[in-house]
Amino acid sequence: MRMKGLLVGAVLAATAVTPALVSSASAQDSIYIPLFTYRTGPFANSGIPIANGMVDYLNMLNERDGGIGGVKLVIEECETGYNTEKGLACYESTKVKNPVVVGPWSTGITLPLIPRASVDKIPILSMAYGLSASAVGDTFPWVFNPPATYWDGLSMAISYIGSKEGGLQKLKGKTIGYLFFDGGYGREPIPLLESFAKKYGFEVKMYPVPPAEMQNQSGQWLNVRKDKPDYMIMWGWGAMNPTAVKEAARIKYPMDKFIGIWWSGGEDDARPTGGEAKGYTTLNFTAVGSNYPAIQDIIKHVVSKGKSQAEKDRVGEAHYNKGIYNSVLIAEAIRNAQKITGKKVVTGEDVRRGLETLTISAQRWKELGLEGFGSPVALSCADHNGHQPAYMQQWDGTKWVKISDWIQPLKDDVLPLLKAAADDYVKKNAGWPKRTESCDKPS
Amino acid sequence: MLYREAGQFKTNYRDDMAVFPILQDRIGILIILIIAFAVVPFVGNNFLLHAIMIPFLVFALATIGLNILTGYTGLLSLGTGGFMGVGAYACYKLTTTFPDVNVLVWVICSGFFSAAIGVVFGLPSLRIKGFYLAVATLASQFFLQWCFIRIPWLVNYNLSNAIEVPRRSLFGIPVTGPEATPQTRYFVVLTIVVLMTWIASNLVRGRIGRMWMAVRDMDIAAELMGVRLLNTKLLAFAVSSFYCGVAGALLVFLYYGSAEATAFSINQSFAVLSMVIVGGLGSLLGSFLGAALIFTLPILLPHFMAGLGLPIQSATAEHISFMIVGALIIFFLIVEPHGLARLWQIAKQKLRVWPYPY
Amino acid sequence: MLCVKPYGMLCKIFVVPFYEMWDLPDIFVQTLWEGLVGGTLYSLIALGFVLVFKASGVFNFAQGIMVVFAALSLVGLHSLGVPAFLALILAAGIMFVLAYSVERVVLRPLVNQPDIILFMATFGLTYFLIGLGELIFGGDPKVMITKQLYIPTGALSFDFGGGRVELQKLDITAMVVASIMVAGLAVFFSKTRIGRALRAVADSHKAALSVGISLNQIWVIVWFAAGLVALVTGIMWGARSEVSFALEIIALKALPVLILGGFTSIPGAIVGGLIIGIGEKVGEIYWGPLLGGGIESWLAYMIALAFLLFRPQGLFGEKIIERV
Repeated sequence: MRMKGLLVGAVLAATAVTPALVSSASAQDSIYIPLFTYRTGPFANSGIPIANGMVDYLNMLNERDGGIGGVKLVIEECETGYNTEKGLACYESTKVKNPVVVGPWSTGITLPLIPRASVDKIPILSMAYGLSASAVGDTFPWVFNPPATYWDGLSMAISYIGSKEGGLQKLKGKTIGYLFFDGGYGREPIPLLESFAKKYGFEVKMYPVPPAEMQNQSGQWLNVRKDKPDYMIMWGWGAMNPTAVKEAARIKYPMDKFIGIWWSGGEDDARPTGGEAKGYTTLNFTAVGSNYPAIQDIIKHVVSKGKSQAEKDRVGEAHYNKGIYNSVLIAEAIRNAQKITGKKVVTGEDVRRGLETLTISAQRWKELGLEGFGSPVALSCADHNGHQPAYMQQWDGTKWVKISDWIQPLKDDVLPLLKAAADDYVKKNAGWPKRTESCDKPS
Repeated sequence: MLYREAGQFKTNYRDDMAVFPILQDRIGILIILIIAFAVVPFVGNNFLLHAIMIPFLVFALATIGLNILTGYTGLLSLGTGGFMGVGAYACYKLTTTFPDVNVLVWVICSGFFSAAIGVVFGLPSLRIKGFYLAVATLASQFFLQWCFIRIPWLVNYNLSNAIEVPRRSLFGIPVTGPEATPQTRYFVVLTIVVLMTWIASNLVRGRIGRMWMAVRDMDIAAELMGVRLLNTKLLAFAVSSFYCGVAGALLVFLYYGSAEATAFSINQSFAVLSMVIVGGLGSLLGSFLGAALIFTLPILLPHFMAGLGLPIQSATAEHISFMIVGALIIFFLIVEPHGLARLWQIAKQKLRVWPYPY
Repeated sequence: MLCVKPYGMLCKIFVVPFYEMWDLPDIFVQTLWEGLVGGTLYSLIALGFVLVFKASGVFNFAQGIMVVFAALSLVGLHSLGVPAFLALILAAGIMFVLAYSVERVVLRPLVNQPDIILFMATFGLTYFLIGLGELIFGGDPKVMITKQLYIPTGALSFDFGGGRVELQKLDITAMVVASIMVAGLAVFFSKTRIGRALRAVADSHKAALSVGISLNQIWVIVWFAAGLVALVTGIMWGARSEVSFALEIIALKALPVLILGGFTSIPGAIVGGLIIGIGEKVGEIYWGPLLGGGIESWLAYMIALAFLLFRPQGLFGEKIIERV
């Protein structure tokens, strides 16, 4: 009996999943956009608001405009849990449905997909994360990482510190601590940081946080107390951020000298520390707040109708708006692709061309109902990143407040390094395909 | 009726020692191999091949590795992820240093590096037993993972701090890198896994396997009978780590295509251990069944729920799939504490008398 | 500056750290204190493990997720408008329900199975609780209701050796609560009828059964006790950072504490926790920079391993006697 039950169960289960395993082609009258999100696992605190922002904006386009250019968007979330294996499974299961663009939302998932993008003809949009070198469009025609690379981010942080001190030359003899997630993500900026240290004569102290110790940082912060760095720069993600902010407050580190990358600037990162986190500063490239016509449309068409997983009062938070930004890039790229090709239902190849000539001017931001939401974006065949400026936001105890103007990255330092990194990638990956994709005129 | 060994006489020792002494088993395994080699790659889509079959086979190999250590020798280890990582990093270093030698040679050779590291971390097993040993092997897990992050030489100073799998081919057909088709990868993985399983099945039936089992059942008694504990335990660690190392190399080279150190985290160790236990301790068949259940279940569950037409959010599906996986582990342990392999034995017994149950 | 060329490395290992300890005594004292606090928290998690292992022989892998689950229940209930202390009681109630169902659904059908099977079952339980917790409370992290529970925040600081030593009131509370808990458990084990039964079960299941002790009842009690320990641990860790599923990973740190102290010894869990806590902090601060920092992730295991090589059963574990 038991045996029979098991057997029947197994057969039933097998028949239910078979459709997913055997190839089937479907006629396309819509544009399929898979969204890799993670609402589970140790990084969920950063992942949830981003996922909500991404999904809600695209849903709003569907509800308000009926899609893009009259074509309905089919949006499907795939849960990765920030786990490479699950992410690759997501990629494979969505690939058969002809996605027009993929955003892996994890450096660990991005890296394996980079070489496959040109083979599978699916462009990768890794918004301000992933491999910095993929900004070089001549080498990585299928990968896009606007609006800025981690190296741009670091250079902005350094130039911000410089401006606080009264000039980059004043950094001589200072000590800058670098607290980072001990993995590819946190280690990538180190070469640039060291070259800055040499150039401007400051000293760098490293405080790696191992992945398993994200919520146990008292050792790192004791070392901070011992070394007394003048400034701290943080490259954190997930549960690492709120813990670091708490520990910094505990040792009474001057919070306005504690500067995070844009991924460390979510509300959930500072809120647990509350008032004591006042002064904590991070980079950001999108505005915070819901006071934009497009976001009001999201509230009207999606959130109020109960079609969102976001709570209404969390719409417009820093990470939520980054999710919107990501979706704006996708939507604009699709629109651009429709314009270039004249087709309504575009493919991955078309969207790659659309991304490559993507420009979002200040005027266009306004048309989108997001005036001043982000700085103008302009990508080109050679530059898949744009190296756009970001600004500094500061925690005032309850919310983020913009405290600086747009800070331009130190392109003179970053660009040669990017080029070298891309060349290094090509050298190490013998047989890396030469760019054959033709270059469209910017529209 | 269908499965009767009556009439199959073994007239010499050779027959008696065969891997599959029963005709039906031989036919069965042949059919499975034919399906695996000739049907699956042509019927299944890329999702089946690339996201399910390849990792399933790789994890089955790692599970065999851990099963040799835990199931056959009775040494509990939680360092599998680390040993897999050693294999992957060794393979990357070897193939980038000597690019002219075929990558598959290096995939196999990387197992030796992993075996050497395994022996070093196996040394405490001489004094420490049971769960104490399990926790001690965690030391290797965390230490190795730290090394993978901290020694940039291991990844050729790549700025991504990750293994970037180079393009390599076999007889002019690409087997690694983005151009390799899922079919090619699948064939390569399948061949290696089948071969290594065959070797393992011969190992565990022979003198060495018997020594391992003697140590598992009671090491002091085994020692009194003349089994050298030091050699036997370390050999188990070496062979086990060899299998795990090859699995790790396959995982990165033929499945991931690029891997950060986090790919070899403690979760990987736990996953492989649960495959061993759910599949059945001390059973090669169980290794495959366990890997199939634990690996493919979470990946297929969302599709299963979608197939039933339940409209749920992907995150909710993930939560529910966690609960179902957990519940199924407990369920299978309660129904059959000896693992899924035991279920097959029961089925065999039933088949033997079918259709007359008594 | 201290080290001369040919002996540079040796000096950095054997001289500089000690010089630093002497030179900046405030940092050294602070390090010891942080180690002590960290150790106490590890001990608390280890305590949960020990309770269950002693009475039922189950290596309870789910202790980590129980910590998260307990803390989430507390915060979740409070966010529904339940007053803090009522929520605390209700969270304890939830842990009781959990203990009862674990005994009913998992332990009872698996009685007499090998240790490793029971271990695996708790592994399944971990998965189940992760899914259930995220389904009910969502995956986003929660802020611990420190104020509502009247847990003091802020710090006591005093000048010492030319610097400042800060003792967080939260940490002091954690230590006091931990001590009270251990003392309470000690009294419970030695003075009450159930405690005696627990010890009897720990000594021999069969003998305990034969004198009429209900194993099932005992198991519910120890799992409930482990759940209460988890609740306290969750409150303390949650107040230090936040309540999120990442906390579950930290619970692994209790494992070296366990092997150091012995699986069956409550004092072992405490002493082991303190040794590991202080050892890893001192190692990280003074020797970590030599290796690039972040060595905490494995140092604890190495310390435990070093101890184990001399005492394979842990510091306080029962001597393993094997007969053929």
